[in-house]
Amino acid sequence: MDFLDYAFMQRALLAAVLVGITAPAIGIYLVQRRQALMGDGIGHVAMTGVGLGFLLSWSPVWMATIVSILGAVLMELIRWFGRTRGDIALAMLFYGGMAGGVMFINLAPTGSNANLTSYLFGSLSTVSESDVTAICVLAAFVVLVTLGLRRQLFAVSQDEEFARVTGLPVRALNLLTAITAAVTVTVAMRVVGLLLVSALMVVPVAAAQQLTRSFAATFAVAVAIGVAVTLGGTITSYYQDVPPGATIVLLTIGAFVVLTALAAPLARRRARALATAHPAGDPAECAIPATRAAGDEVGV
Amino acid sequence: MGATGEPVISMRGIRAELGSRPVLRGIDLTVRHGEVVALLGANGSGKSTAVRSVIGQVPVSAGQIELFGTPRHRFRDWARVGYVPQRTTAAGGVPATVTEVVSSGRLSRARFGMLRKADHAAVRRALEVVGMADRAKDSVNALSGGQHQRVLIARALASEPDLLIMDEPMAGVDLASQEVLAGTLRDQVASGTTVLLVLHELGPLEPLIDRAVVLRDGCVTHDGPPPKAVGQHALPGHDHVHPHAAHDAEPIRTGLLS
Repeated sequence: MDFLDYAFMQRALLAAVLVGITAPAIGIYLVQRRQALMGDGIGHVAMTGVGLGFLLSWSPVWMATIVSILGAVLMELIRWFGRTRGDIALAMLFYGGMAGGVMFINLAPTGSNANLTSYLFGSLSTVSESDVTAICVLAAFVVLVTLGLRRQLFAVSQDEEFARVTGLPVRALNLLTAITAAVTVTVAMRVVGLLLVSALMVVPVAAAQQLTRSFAATFAVAVAIGVAVTLGGTITSYYQDVPPGATIVLLTIGAFVVLTALAAPLARRRARALATAHPAGDPAECAIPATRAAGDEVGV
Repeated sequence: MGATGEPVISMRGIRAELGSRPVLRGIDLTVRHGEVVALLGANGSGKSTAVRSVIGQVPVSAGQIELFGTPRHRFRDWARVGYVPQRTTAAGGVPATVTEVVSSGRLSRARFGMLRKADHAAVRRALEVVGMADRAKDSVNALSGGQHQRVLIARALASEPDLLIMDEPMAGVDLASQEVLAGTLRDQVASGTTVLLVLHELGPLEPLIDRAVVLRDGCVTHDGPPPKAVGQHALPGHDHVHPHAAHDAEPIRTGLLS
């Protein structure tokens, strides 16, 4: 545990844990509403923010936060008002964001593509004191939203039309989800990088749902996986000279593969338990009943 | 609870367009307290759009809608309305238990999204009403089509509404489950709930229906006692799919008035 003696490792581990918590916490709602790749889109838009930060000599983290929030709100507006080709509008937003980032950073006197790379793929060992402060504040916001409003966000992400009839402020909640996702992207930017951030939002959730039946359990397991892989990846990168962002993402995918392999026997055991609990519901062999039930009436 | 006969839904001169195509062309419809009204019509007649305009899901270009005597844009008492959208599944992109899905229906009664003891009890009652209490902890992904529909109805009942709006609750449901749903609805009606439901055919719900409103091309063509199905149409399980070559060539027959 000698890595704990170094201040840069303490900062890196703190940042990694916060990303491990926040990325799956908001990612689960994106997966639930089948917008799993929204995080990826916001990541592209955030690149313009990083470029602008260098160009205007501002903090790239805060600039990326502002620009990705604007981008996320714009995506949400396209979803409301966009008629048929919403996907085309989103594609322009994504690639415009990426091109803008490359353009601005090359216009900046101090910037080069080398700086951009540390944001694209993460640069955990260079996380500064002020980065940690920003990450802590933003992570607190994400946790507050995703846990405090979990019932409302669940309802809106499960069935938007129904949520409207329960009187929930659907548009405000959708905007809040988009903004929270944007904030999470910038939290995760220094740890796994903008191009890999979506993996931490989606893959832990996908891995968790191999084992779970409820939303609450999926949430808990996804966050646990997120924390385990971000810590594991950071520590691995300390001992072996490997990039932490890529290590974390590969560990997450490894967790998904392992849990998927474990899930098949678990599902079989559950099916057997269900069969013993409701013996009539799922007979092992087909039998033709002597009498006809209402369900046997088939329309012709 | 209002007195019997008081209008619960009132639509006057409702027009709505999807894109540039007019879907509703001046609909008048009143559903009074305690009534069970079926909205019938062929595919594309505007019956789904009509109920979705009542709940504010579809913007209206002209006309007035009132819910419980309040203009819809000022109506806030959504706990009094239970809505069953047209769905074949209650599942989302993440696993969720039957209880979790049905609990969303209680949010209209919960303050700040906090569910109290009484709210959890209401969710349990709603599950018992549709006969899904034994599946409460199961994932909705593991349910059959009819069970999905029962979960969606339980979700609407969780707020203990005075008005139930259902969009094709019998779509994709086998006859046995249809009987269960009809029984559920019968109990709700007996306890004074007002019901507006979109149906493709009357089926096992026929004895419950007080009034049928038939739409055709966005206009009301019939408002009165439910039309009696005759001949082959009256057979159980007849699904009213007619292979019309071109629907402009001859009048659209819904199979309900012919």
